Amino acid sequence: MRLLTHNMLQCHVKKCTDPALNFPLQLQDIELEQVETEENEDLLLNLINKVDYNALTTTAAQLGLVGLPNAIPKDPQADPAFMTRLHEVLLETNITQGKMACRGCGHVYTIKDGIPNMLLAEHEI
Amino acid sequence: MKLKALESHLQEVEVFSDPKVQFEQYPTSAHLAARIAYMAETTYGDLTDKAVADLGCGCGMLSIAAGIMGAGLLYGFDIDDDALEIAQGNLETFELEMELVRVNVVAGRLLEEEAARTEKKEGGPRQAGGKPANVAASSAAQDIALDRIAPPLARFAKQFDTVIMNPPFGTKPGNRGIDMAFLRVALGLARTAVYSLHKSSTRDYILQRAAAWGAKGTVLAQLRFDVPQMYKFHKRASVDVEVDLWRFELGD
Ligand SMILES: [Zn+2]
Repeated sequence: MRLLTHNMLQCHVKKCTDPALNFPLQLQDIELEQVETEENEDLLLNLINKVDYNALTTTAAQLGLVGLPNAIPKDPQADPAFMTRLHEVLLETNITQGKMACRGCGHVYTIKDGIPNMLLAEHEI
Repeated sequence: MKLKALESHLQEVEVFSDPKVQFEQYPTSAHLAARIAYMAETTYGDLTDKAVADLGCGCGMLSIAAGIMGAGLLYGFDIDDDALEIAQGNLETFELEMELVRVNVVAGRLLEEEAARTEKKEGGPRQAGGKPANVAASSAAQDIALDRIAPPLARFAKQFDTVIMNPPFGTKPGNRGIDMAFLRVALGLARTAVYSLHKSSTRDYILQRAAAWGAKGTVLAQLRFDVPQMYKFHKRASVDVEVDLWRFELGD
């Protein structure tokens, strides 16, 4: 799974509703893989408005991925270096194995062969 | 890509070896998937370079068709890990990139609401012991707000240009209304269009519900869906189900 997907997943345990804690999920024991993919400007510009950029930079820093500015440039389209780095971090950085722990309730979601498992037990929904 | 070529590529997609009755895992045929994806792209331009999601992707037949038609970003959501494993193998075969997420697309309360609505429409008895779900009128925007109806997908709201799906038809007892629940979630995920298959017998109901959710539904084609009788409760070898291919267009 790409870091983009990590940026879209939050804990959804019923009682875990504090938005400051149920997102982003804390990555643990992960294996990373870079997979090259074609850069698509329109898609990327669309995603810029959709991702939680603060969560992305926080996660990138934790993973030792450097080169993303603290804030989105005013005119990202005019900043090819930013666009390329964002593409690499968001769309080319893949988590193949690992865990995502909720900082609110402690629930651990696993990532196996690149697929996050967001299923919960009946009593947690 | 010509339609014939697309269909012949899709013949290579591996499908369920052991379909699960509780998930109504009727595979989408290569023939059908090719037609849906071909029409979505050539008539409406809904796939090439677009962000596309497949809800209940199963083995990935529809999303692979979308990928071949040039989708720029592909997501597949499914509850079943065996299906997702087959989908992953298919993606490797086709050298396509797609994000897979194991998730229950239609969680409890949403399903209860749609089951209750379906029963009300059909005038049938309520499920024994089941209490009537609250189907009080709410605004369209609220009705397809993912943080309310599909919490695991909340952050994916309006992330996709197009959703393409073949939801469970809701024919299995206990799955009533599940097709409508899928449609609701799809309308919450998509910005532009949702392609979906539903039983023709529910056409008027679907049109009316979609309108209430702010989407304009059009039946693009009526198809015969050959449902192989893979389950014990089926008496014949296969049945033809009349199915509509819908395109729902979302306004701004
Ligand atoms: Zn939590």
